[in-house]
Amino acid sequence: MIEPILTTRDLSKSFGGLVAVNNVTLDFAPGRVHAIIGPNGAGKTTLINLLSGDLPPSGGSITFKGRNITRLPAFEISRIGLGRSYQKTNIFPQFTCFQNCWLGAQSRLKTSMKFFRPAAAYAEVHARAERALDLCGLTHRRDLPPAQISHGEQRQLEIGMMLATEPEVFLLDEPLAGMGPEESEAVVRLLNDLARDHTLILIEHDMDAVFAVADLLTVMVDGRVLATGTPEEIRSNAEVQDAYLGSGEGQA
Amino acid sequence: MSLKAPVTFFLLIAVAGLAVFPHFSDEFYLEFFTHLMVMGIFAMSLDLLIGYTGLVSFGHAAFFGLAGYLLAIVTPQDEAVALWLSLPVCLGGAALAALVIGWFSVRTSGIYFIMITLAFAQMLFYYFNENEALGGSDGIFIFSKPFVGFGDWQIIDLANPTTVYYFVLASLVACYLLLTVMLRAPFGQVIQAIRANEHRTRALGYDTQRYKLVAFVIAGTMAGFAGYLEAVSTGIVSPGHLHWHNSGLVMMHVILGGMGTLYGPILGAFILGLLHDQVQEVTEHWHLVQGVFVIFVVLFLPRGIAGLVGRLFGRPPDLDLEENRVAGEDGNKVDAEPNGERTK
Repeated sequence: MIEPILTTRDLSKSFGGLVAVNNVTLDFAPGRVHAIIGPNGAGKTTLINLLSGDLPPSGGSITFKGRNITRLPAFEISRIGLGRSYQKTNIFPQFTCFQNCWLGAQSRLKTSMKFFRPAAAYAEVHARAERALDLCGLTHRRDLPPAQISHGEQRQLEIGMMLATEPEVFLLDEPLAGMGPEESEAVVRLLNDLARDHTLILIEHDMDAVFAVADLLTVMVDGRVLATGTPEEIRSNAEVQDAYLGSGEGQA
Repeated sequence: MSLKAPVTFFLLIAVAGLAVFPHFSDEFYLEFFTHLMVMGIFAMSLDLLIGYTGLVSFGHAAFFGLAGYLLAIVTPQDEAVALWLSLPVCLGGAALAALVIGWFSVRTSGIYFIMITLAFAQMLFYYFNENEALGGSDGIFIFSKPFVGFGDWQIIDLANPTTVYYFVLASLVACYLLLTVMLRAPFGQVIQAIRANEHRTRALGYDTQRYKLVAFVIAGTMAGFAGYLEAVSTGIVSPGHLHWHNSGLVMMHVILGGMGTLYGPILGAFILGLLHDQVQEVTEHWHLVQGVFVIFVVLFLPRGIAGLVGRLFGRPPDLDLEENRVAGEDGNKVDAEPNGERTK
């Protein structure tokens, strides 16, 4: 058994009386694509928010490469190699696509507390930003602000900014949300490329895409892990089928 | 330069105008323009917070007044203090105050940030206002201007209004260039990102609170520098320098002049100052005229006076990473890195 790169133990998060994530214990193996699926309100995004440090957990622990990162702030978690993208596009609207990626790329400098040399003179940042822009397929939109590109392209940019930080583990919150079929196909291709030498943790509602890229699936319902297994195992799991059928009227 | 060439051209003309101004001016306007340039430095330092970092500080006068009082404190009754000594003390004091006030303030945001910076500044105001040893509400005179020189050899004489004028003009240009360089450096990129979307900036791996604190200290120190120059040129420091009226006035310079442009706030200081000077010769109702002017600018010039300059002389300002990139050229990436060390 390979040593997991990221693990959670009894991870919980409650908001007042609502338990959004309930004792989640998961191992994420390096170099695999691990998708988290489940009905709306199952706590998937909250789980990602806990992993990325956007939210502090109410209980339990998170370990990354043997280091306890449970209480690390979001910027530290990004710096040690966990990058994330957001479900709701979260970019810098005033800046061009290139500048958006630039900010991701520049964050890998040891420090940005540099006051005199022009940012544009940092060749390695430049190269990293261009590479990210190229990978997410937006080189032809390089100098446009996000307002002038399509919604799907904004979603690509969201991923591009994360790519520019060159993480080891990608936390992707519905990367395909709001994309047209062609854009979707391009992003699935990108995810497959990334999967070759990275760890991907993915929330996605598009089941075709999930089954096309994921090595492992975890099904969450009501904040708990219902089942984890290969796509085939999950497909034939009776409990999972029940959960999905039963969730129809409970969507909030 | 980080500005589009035509705006740079406008600024060069403005500086040239200021450089020859003393030859055509009487002493009153010479000192008045010195004051306006000091206010320009003060406004520029606040623009770093409001226009670039997104921190609306309503207590910026604290650093302006504190540095002035520190100069009064370190200047002996009957002799001059060396500039080399007093300037670091005054700037250090302003920086330290900004570090303490900033440490508490950057933890908050929005309306709370405005209130906490205001509260700190008012605390300082009341301290100096009640302190009889420092002249209380009358303020305190600085009888001897700082000495610029070594031993007996004086390089420039800060008792001469024309010399002070040029000293302040050189300071204004130096502060502008310093901020311009910083804003183009990695630090400047980060604070502008914080203003645009702090949450995402943190998620990308930046400790945004530290960057905000450093910006606050830099701005506070520069405001202290302006306060030092004001104390040198006028020879008096009063609690009014720390009062929230002064914080509000400089904020008005920034907003009317054009946030996030550096030169806009300087224009704001000059235009409001000159307008005040002209109007008060005609009517006592300066605040009425000021109010109408503010409403006019806010309604019709959303980017402030700088937006008008930008429209007349060039494009509006923006985040500029692309400086060294030769524009046009059929869209190919033509990079002209200054250091030529771009790696493929």
